[in-house]
Amino acid sequence: MIDWIVWAISWILMLIGCVFIVSGAVGLIRMPDLYTRLHAASLTDTGGTIIISLALILQSVFVFGSAMAAIKVMLILFFTLFTAPTASHALAKTALLCGQVPVGTDGKPILDSPEEATLLARSRPADYRSGQDAEQAKAEGRARQARRDRKGDGH
Amino acid sequence: MFIAATIAILVTMALTLARALLGPTLFDRLLAVNSFGTKTVLLISVYGFMTDRPDFLDIALVYSLINFLGTIAVLKFFEFDDPGSETYQEDDF
Repeated sequence: MIDWIVWAISWILMLIGCVFIVSGAVGLIRMPDLYTRLHAASLTDTGGTIIISLALILQSVFVFGSAMAAIKVMLILFFTLFTAPTASHALAKTALLCGQVPVGTDGKPILDSPEEATLLARSRPADYRSGQDAEQAKAEGRARQARRDRKGDGH
Repeated sequence: MFIAATIAILVTMALTLARALLGPTLFDRLLAVNSFGTKTVLLISVYGFMTDRPDFLDIALVYSLINFLGTIAVLKFFEFDDPGSETYQEDDF
């Protein structure tokens, strides 16, 4: 009885996880610009890994009877939960810093120029696009850029 | 179950690799490679269970760490042209 339940649950989890990662890959292929692709890939990466790892943990405890395997799967899950969002964040930040302009829903770039993207990456306010903080954010970004240029001359 | 999961992961890896080859910008490629690495970790784990050898999990564990470090190192290289640069400043983040 318990065997049957464990198999059913891990089958379902594995299936959901596979649907997650395959849909993530399809999103990676079909999405229109870098940031939407990043969104598709990073969310499904983390979600799929969580769900497939749960299935593997069930399998290792109830079918293989190996606690060590379960602990290792949990470690993999733990590291992935930390590293995957960090890598996505760093990727998005670096892309913006290098002047990749996000595209809006109407297919047009939402910033005027790559330079503005760099300034946005250097600035702090989160609601930059709402308008009220835009000038302040740009000024702050320029100030940071200038400071950075001064200090970075040595390398 | 494991065979089905392996096939799904392999299909995902193929699609991801297609994005890595097509990707118009460097960042698309890097995103695809990072995603490919995560899928590799899953593939190694599932394959280990499929062949009744959960020891493969050690390899998957190491691979997940290396994947993260590799991505961050390449990103830092893009940003500063030099992974060893010390131009990070406190107020950058």
